[in-house]
Amino acid sequence: MAAVAAALAIGAIMMVALGANPFTGYKALFTGAFGSKQDLADTAVKAMPLLLVGTGICISFRARVINIGGEGQIVAGALLATVTALAVPGLPPVVLVPLVLLAGIVGGGAWGAIPGTLKAYLGVNEILSTIMLNIVAVQVMNYLLRGPLLDPAEASRGTRIPQTKRLAPNADLPVLLHGTRLHLGVVVALVAAIAAWVFLWRTTTGYRLRAAGANPDAARYAGIAVKRMTTLALTASGAMCGLAGAVLVFGSESHRFVTDGSATGFTGSAGFNGIVAALFGGLHPLLTIPASLLFGGLLVGANAMQRAIQIPASLVIAVNGLVVVFVAASVSLRRRVTARAEGARVASPLVEVAP
Amino acid sequence: MSEFFTASVLVATVAAGLRLATPYLLAALGETLGQRSGVLNLGVDGVMLLGAFFAYWTVLETGSLLKGVIAGGLAGIVMGVVYAVVTLVFKTEQGISGIGIYLFGLGFSELIYRQEVGTPRPIKGFTKVKIPVLGDIKYVGKMLFDHSLMVYLALLLVPAMTFLINHTRFGLDVRAVGETPEAADSLGVSVARTRTVTILIGSTLAGLGGAALALELGTFQQNLTNGIGFIAVALVYFGAWRPTGVLLGSLLYGMVTATVNQLKTLGVVTGAAASLTTMAPAVLTVIALVVIARRGSAQPAALALPFERAR
Amino acid sequence: MNTSKHRALRRSIITLAAIAIVAASCGSDKTSTPSAATSAPSVSTAAPAATSAPAATESTAVTATQPAASTPSAGAALKVAVILPSAANDLSFSQSMADALNRMKDAGLISELKVSENMFVVDDAAAAIRSYAQDGFDVVIAHGSQYGGSLQQIAPDFPKVAFAWGTAADTFGLPNVTGYTAASDQGGYVMGVMGAILAKGSSMGVIGPIEVGDAKLYNDGFAAGAKAQDPNVKVGVNYTESFSDTALAAEAATSFISGGATVLTGSSQMTVGAVGVAKNSGVAWFATNSNQTQLAPDVVVASQVYKWDVVLKELFAKVNSGSYGGETYQINLANGGEVIEFNDAYKLPADVKAAGDKAIAGITDGSIKTGVAGS
Repeated sequence: MAAVAAALAIGAIMMVALGANPFTGYKALFTGAFGSKQDLADTAVKAMPLLLVGTGICISFRARVINIGGEGQIVAGALLATVTALAVPGLPPVVLVPLVLLAGIVGGGAWGAIPGTLKAYLGVNEILSTIMLNIVAVQVMNYLLRGPLLDPAEASRGTRIPQTKRLAPNADLPVLLHGTRLHLGVVVALVAAIAAWVFLWRTTTGYRLRAAGANPDAARYAGIAVKRMTTLALTASGAMCGLAGAVLVFGSESHRFVTDGSATGFTGSAGFNGIVAALFGGLHPLLTIPASLLFGGLLVGANAMQRAIQIPASLVIAVNGLVVVFVAASVSLRRRVTARAEGARVASPLVEVAP
Repeated sequence: MSEFFTASVLVATVAAGLRLATPYLLAALGETLGQRSGVLNLGVDGVMLLGAFFAYWTVLETGSLLKGVIAGGLAGIVMGVVYAVVTLVFKTEQGISGIGIYLFGLGFSELIYRQEVGTPRPIKGFTKVKIPVLGDIKYVGKMLFDHSLMVYLALLLVPAMTFLINHTRFGLDVRAVGETPEAADSLGVSVARTRTVTILIGSTLAGLGGAALALELGTFQQNLTNGIGFIAVALVYFGAWRPTGVLLGSLLYGMVTATVNQLKTLGVVTGAAASLTTMAPAVLTVIALVVIARRGSAQPAALALPFERAR
Repeated sequence: MNTSKHRALRRSIITLAAIAIVAASCGSDKTSTPSAATSAPSVSTAAPAATSAPAATESTAVTATQPAASTPSAGAALKVAVILPSAANDLSFSQSMADALNRMKDAGLISELKVSENMFVVDDAAAAIRSYAQDGFDVVIAHGSQYGGSLQQIAPDFPKVAFAWGTAADTFGLPNVTGYTAASDQGGYVMGVMGAILAKGSSMGVIGPIEVGDAKLYNDGFAAGAKAQDPNVKVGVNYTESFSDTALAAEAATSFISGGATVLTGSSQMTVGAVGVAKNSGVAWFATNSNQTQLAPDVVVASQVYKWDVVLKELFAKVNSGSYGGETYQINLANGGEVIEFNDAYKLPADVKAAGDKAIAGITDGSIKTGVAGS
């Protein structure tokens, strides 16, 4: 909390430098994020992909696998979900909604399984492969959205904006609270986070996965298939991101897959921001829930602040960066204080961060 | 396709590949040194953006390219100090604090650009410097010896970095600290000091990489790097933590990008195929790494692990 | 993250924050500096560099938290909000709209102008559109074709708000949606005609972002004009597959020039990189969307500048008369929405200028058709 305050204080200094009143600025940010029913709903909707990505990050980082491929996995999941909705638009909602969500999971999981397999069996570093696969996913997306999946109206208009047509209404994620954007995807994300917690701490596989991350050599000695755990971790992480992609498409205002030609245009950088949320939640899926809401609020509030006092939203990107740095610092500081008190040596920060 | 295989086009493509590879190479060389000492910095792209902005801004205000390059390097050093404090004093999880550095650089470089410069204003960037004699060699001269100074600087840094890591006392310390910090520490090598130096050098090179980009283009824009820093980190893994390997990776990436660009310019690749060829550098890098070798074992053993003295 | 040690600190910070928020809400809303005057060049020649750089972000008056209780009557100034995909001063597509809105504001047609720029995340843009509508803005402009799908869903919820979007000639059949397009192929055609003469038998290069929308239309128009002037001229097109990759745009320009091109053009905010290359090589550059002369006074021959004023004036008049839209508009050379601004500093041969003027006249009176689909 002190870390966040410090970051916000620096943000206030920047605002003063920009000639704006920081109190007005932060008031706009706060009310924009949490001020009304609609704002709270917007924050929850914005937090939803962060929570899903963050949940995936919890899983992969617990296995000590760094997944920077969230952006690509979100796109992959969204693409498969979109194709599914286009293929069988006539199914009733009760079948179609779960089906497209499942397609998202499969798409993202498959995209995550690639770096997982490459790392486990061919020794290809996952940082390299996930970064590269992000680039590949964007171009596959652009190819499909401008070619096979292009909105026929865009084709006839000649504008050819990379987007699909409005997808089957039966696949829309139902709005939960009338007059707001709060939709089923928020519940999906919460369930996924809880499921990930159960998986990591209440199942044997989850225990093995964490053990493989905590100490690979010891885990191997204990008969745990570390390579399989590595593959599983990245696959599961990708699946969560893919689910986020599906929810982003079917919970969007436009009810279609649309981008400006970049991954960010569609994901809003959720693949990176989700990592931030997961860290803030101490790599614990349940604590990632409030962390996602906080960062979702910051992002929603940033745009509200721009609307209110016309401060560039890039200010909040910079402040977000500071929050991450400061929080990371305070988390490790606290951990070391605790560890010192217990006389223990800190081995791996990744697995020692949270309960 | 035949248009591509003419001497002039091939020469131009190789030259372009080398030029495009330069920012990657500078940043990746810096990251290599850091990782050899056990420090992972995922914030390279953010540092590059700040280096690019401050280099550009300095040239805009002073007109001096030298001052611009220095400003880019200084921006890198400042971010290096921040990162050193965060990773070495607070011992944060490096993969994560690096993302914080990235986000800060992304947001802050744009913010200050909007505040201080506003609308795109061009500067006089680097011009080509033809090296005497070598530059006159047929084909090869145009390919290798007719570039801006930053290209030569980056290339010269490859043997320099190799020498530094493999043949100096400091390099020995770096390797020791990266592999077995406990052992290095017990032999009296300061882990913190060694890593501070590598972080500062690495961050400076990232800043210079940004400067090279901005001063080659003669402009700055929001998110000018477009992810170059992340690719540079990936190229360190590609290069198996060796400067020559990193050079190969950077050249591969630059050359493929230049080739794709050339094919589009010549009209060989058009329409939907363009998006598929645009991802060629990324795909080829992964494939190349799979084909060449299994290199997992080359990773510095203590990479990304904070060091704390046992009591 | 709250150990007992931190609790006291935390409480004090929260208290402090609460005080700050209360203090802020009691204090009067700060009025920021008014916009720099933007003198609109009214003639089609000579655009001084200073006119193209309004401080769009500083151009707003009061904060949205206190909506003025203005009921639009005939001629009343309107509350207008705009969503821009890139920076409001990008010397490109976004700036063309920001400049026009600032001129409207200076003319007293807009009482309050809010700008959300760099809204490249489509769903964030959708949230902004909805928020502006909820906050009681009279007109909400979504300046990017990628926002259409969202607008189509949002507009029915706010029947008393006039929405506009572009570039697209589509209202989705909704009474409160206005679509606007730019016949950018027309300006492109004129540029192509002049470029083909300047190229003197050498080749020309076109640098595009992604082969979509306004950029595609302009590029196709350029190629059509070039071919009409000189059927043998070679026009290459390189789409970088990104709106923002400045380095790749520069590289595209370099490869065109090394291949012998003596005339270049291109669209989107990334072309700033390509203009730099053209400048260093002394290669002629034709600009579109906004006046780019200031980027390279030696090589920018002419700029096709969008004057959205034509659309905005009609739209505002309609809103003031009680309508909310339902029509589509096009800016083109004939209605003055597109203006070819020549760079006086560039020594353009008289015959080239004459050919350009002839093409402008021909397109304006309808005797020349660009032949580009989608215009």
